[in-house]
Amino acid sequence: MSLEYIIRVADLRQQFGKHVVLENINIDVKKGEILGLLGPSGSGKTTLVKAIIGMLNPSHGKIIVLSNEMPTLSVVDRIGYMAQADALYEDLNAYDNLYFFGELYGMKGSEARKRAKEVLELVRLIDDAKRPVRTFSGGMKRRLSLAIALFHSPELLILDEPTVGIDPVLRKQFWNEFERLKANGVTILITTHVMDEAEHCDRLALIRNGSIIALDSPDRLKTASGKETIEGAFLFYGDERNGEAI
Amino acid sequence: MRTLVVAKRLIKQIVADKRSIGLMFLAPIFVIFLLNIILTSSTSKPIIDIVSAPKEFIEQLSENAEVKEVANEQEAIDNLKNDKSNAYVVFKGNTPKITLEGSSPTINGLVMGVMQKNMSKSIRTSQSLIEPEISYLYGSKNLNAFDSLAPLFMGFFIFFFVFLLAGVAFLRERISGTLERVLATPLKRRQIVWGYFLGFGLFVVLQTIVIQLFIIYGLNVEMNGNFWCVLILNLILAGQSLALGTLLSTFARNEFQLFQFIPVVIVPQILFSGIFDLRDAPTWVTMLSKIFPLTYGAEALKSIMIKGKGLFDIQFDIYILIGYTLVFLILNSLALKKYRKT
Repeated sequence: MSLEYIIRVADLRQQFGKHVVLENINIDVKKGEILGLLGPSGSGKTTLVKAIIGMLNPSHGKIIVLSNEMPTLSVVDRIGYMAQADALYEDLNAYDNLYFFGELYGMKGSEARKRAKEVLELVRLIDDAKRPVRTFSGGMKRRLSLAIALFHSPELLILDEPTVGIDPVLRKQFWNEFERLKANGVTILITTHVMDEAEHCDRLALIRNGSIIALDSPDRLKTASGKETIEGAFLFYGDERNGEAI
Repeated sequence: MRTLVVAKRLIKQIVADKRSIGLMFLAPIFVIFLLNIILTSSTSKPIIDIVSAPKEFIEQLSENAEVKEVANEQEAIDNLKNDKSNAYVVFKGNTPKITLEGSSPTINGLVMGVMQKNMSKSIRTSQSLIEPEISYLYGSKNLNAFDSLAPLFMGFFIFFFVFLLAGVAFLRERISGTLERVLATPLKRRQIVWGYFLGFGLFVVLQTIVIQLFIIYGLNVEMNGNFWCVLILNLILAGQSLALGTLLSTFARNEFQLFQFIPVVIVPQILFSGIFDLRDAPTWVTMLSKIFPLTYGAEALKSIMIKGKGLFDIQFDIYILIGYTLVFLILNSLALKKYRKT
């Protein structure tokens, strides 16, 4: 065991009733890696994220996160999670929202207050911290959700579409922060449907119709498909898969 | 510990939502006030003829009723028949004989309410009065004094408003996605359920105190029991309703669906809780009323407020209510498995 896997998904099938959403999913995520899940909406990205975080029971297969088979509560406090839909308390201000989630992760006292300031500064919300969230724009809510995910300094970050509605300058800063975290050994699983964002990931899993159609580094995906862009590679592998089906 | 974190957040959230707070305290007062007007307006003073009675009795009665003295019983009966009065009183020795017109339950209730007040006052002052003989000109036995309904109304309003607020608050948490989100944290399912119970509990305590003060002192209903016993009982009832509200909100996808539970779950409880006399109802109706938690709450409230009993006498009802509360809380924490399997 020279490599330390933070997430191992083996032969996962996820179905709701008779409706199969994910099939035959195999992913290993190494420590300190940024793995991107790229696919259109409805391809099963969010379902995969929910299965990994332990909110779903795998219909078939196994998910191991931080050496524990999911679903279990025992590793949840080591994971930072940003859901696709902002789940914030509209009546509370940004600081109270952040602090509430922090407390759920066991943060408290002066350490928690210091850390709250740090992350609010990072997402540029420090001046709006006392405003009720109901007055926030979509982008501000997204930033607050990210702050909540980062608050307890988790060793694994699972971010579901973190940059939707964020302006390009701030998006770049987010990615700088992700790189910095990665340098500190934090593992990041990120979903996106923005192709240029995918270039920043160490490895990319292309998801379509509930299956992984390709999994490799962005450069190798482009080379192997002979395309110049990730989008081109996606189309290439998508067509290849369609060809198989026929 | 995390339970308290949830409770604390909920309290902050409610305090930030001024309209809900207003609704929580003003809405019950408003409805009870209207009810009071309906039940006591215009006919609030029944017309009672006196054929013969002690002076003291007449004086006290005239505080709450329009009293006319008539020459003899025949004239009183004529007045009753012609709707010129609602009842008349004849004293035979120390025993008052009350004859009611009898056709309208509301007026019967009114007369009996006034009489009961008068009797209890007289008993306290002179000790000389004996249980009155009551008869009806039109032979109706169906009597309901407003005072005897007051405990039911109080129980119901506490039950209903707590149910609404708790249900909607928990539902909102689900619609906004925050419920799913907090269940992706180390928070356990039962911790969020208990957190809600405690956080909301604070407001429920305040609300219950306000409603109870208003009914007992604002509307001045007959109250023979201990104020604190009634409060404890009301809080247990409110806790039960809180648990039921959050549980049922789990089965509603939006506010509209939650409100649909009102005719299905709430209204039958009111109908069966003792407002109507169920003694002659078929067995299955009686059985059904034994399922509803509100029946036990109303029964116990009546025992304390009207019969002046203590908590010990109604312990059976209290156990049942607490039992229901625990069952609802446990079911709710199981129902949350929909969001997280562990």
